[in-house]
Amino acid sequence: MRIDASALRRLRVLVHGLAVLPLLWLPWGFAAGHFSADPVPELLHYLGIWALRLLLLTLCISPLAKRFRLGPLVRLRRAVGLWCFAYASLHLLAWVLLDLQLAWGLIGEEIVKRGFITLGMAAWGVLLLLAITSTQGWQRRLGAHWQRLHNWIYPTVPVVCVHFWWSVKSGWIEPLAYLLAGLFLLLLRRDKLTRPWR
Amino acid sequence: MHIKVRKKSALKEHQVTPEGVYRQRRRIIQGLGLGLGAAAFSLPAGANVLGNLLGKNEAAASSNQMPLTFDRPEAYRPALTPTAEKVATSYNNFYEFGTDKSDPLRYAQGLKTRPWTIEIDGEVDKPQTLDVWAWLEKQRLEERIYRHRCVEAWSMVIPWLGVPLAGIIKAANPTSRAKYVAFETLYDPEQMRGQASRYIGGGIDYPYVEGLRIDEAMNPLSLLVVGMYGKTLPNQNGAPVRLVVPWKYGFKGIKSIVRITLTERQPPCTWNQLASYEYGFYANVNPNVDHPRWSQASERVIGEGGLFGSQRQPTLMFNGYEEEVASLYAGMDLRKFY
Repeated sequence: MRIDASALRRLRVLVHGLAVLPLLWLPWGFAAGHFSADPVPELLHYLGIWALRLLLLTLCISPLAKRFRLGPLVRLRRAVGLWCFAYASLHLLAWVLLDLQLAWGLIGEEIVKRGFITLGMAAWGVLLLLAITSTQGWQRRLGAHWQRLHNWIYPTVPVVCVHFWWSVKSGWIEPLAYLLAGLFLLLLRRDKLTRPWR
Repeated sequence: MHIKVRKKSALKEHQVTPEGVYRQRRRIIQGLGLGLGAAAFSLPAGANVLGNLLGKNEAAASSNQMPLTFDRPEAYRPALTPTAEKVATSYNNFYEFGTDKSDPLRYAQGLKTRPWTIEIDGEVDKPQTLDVWAWLEKQRLEERIYRHRCVEAWSMVIPWLGVPLAGIIKAANPTSRAKYVAFETLYDPEQMRGQASRYIGGGIDYPYVEGLRIDEAMNPLSLLVVGMYGKTLPNQNGAPVRLVVPWKYGFKGIKSIVRITLTERQPPCTWNQLASYEYGFYANVNPNVDHPRWSQASERVIGEGGLFGSQRQPTLMFNGYEEEVASLYAGMDLRKFY
């Protein structure tokens, strides 16, 4: 199996088509009664969990490309990463707009005071930087620094998993599953990740 | 708290979502749908955020609710608009049936609440077994409109029906060693799916237990509740008998009670045992003492305007019952005893 330019184009359309689905599902989900009388925390969790899933998906791409010798797959990673950033941004927007309802004093206070929100904000900050510098222009401009900047995605994975775990009221099975998945994806890269310390 | 007494005629009870808000939500959701190109999906007619609450696919409550007769003492009729009944009976925390807010309505309907007895024991001279339905016949029920503040920073206003808890405690003649009152919820994994599976039940230990200091339990505000909105309690709200302690966070209001035990020592409480750092024994509503993971200074009022039916408002000290209960905690550091 080979991926030529036209196959890559079709795959790219597929990636965008699939990534937008959770967003398209929302109005239907509301209409069909999948949200309760207080949909705000549920919507928050929904957007956040999709951001986390897409984050983990971005980390699946290069191991798959290596394993199945499908180098061009890596060209799809930016699209998945940008969708991850989009969901994370909507998650943040829902919190600021719907949960705290633009009470800026409270918003600032919560970011500083609540460890899990601090982690979430830090992770979003990283995603923002990576999204801004995801263009080829920035890749050229940053040269060798570009890769170092984009390696920040690796520490961001456990940070987001802990953010999720810390945010739940009870139960640990689901957050543990995501954390283990994240750690497994990092383990696949252990050579790369331990290089600077050798 | 300052209870404002309003003329009965001016009361606005059993209000559904204001029409303006309802229409606004419809527009928002339809706007969302169009904006996201959801023309591809067929939106059911009347799609809106609370469509499930106002629509046909959601029972307001259990089918076995019965109307009750009750008094309406003026002292407990503050100028507050009760939350829409459909909201209060479909948005519940009752982990015995699952951790989602919609689980209790969905999975509690099979709970058998007849016959039902409550054991009253421990440090009492007259331990007794209360046959709830026979006991209920003999009670003069009061309707009390209370604020309900969840530790999760949301709130409602509920017209409860019940009797002061003090009555049944006195009837059992507590001994001089009775310093606390412990409560226990039914343990029946066959009827309560959350007790049968740790995953469904949120990993908390069952049976659910709660407790009060005896002076808190004897406070006239503490209510043993058998109904709401003029009828017996629906299962998801804690049928047949639950506790309501309006100046404390909602989780203190233990549901489906089977045992009340007077004790000498502070009894264990489920949430406190699970995460003592987050949920204290006292759990008094206090805007100045935050939950470790969120501020308690304000709350989202469920079903009140706003984009998604929840308006933020400041949280009141002791949930607005400061005048009645502040004396119980004189000289106590409420940061330490949260």
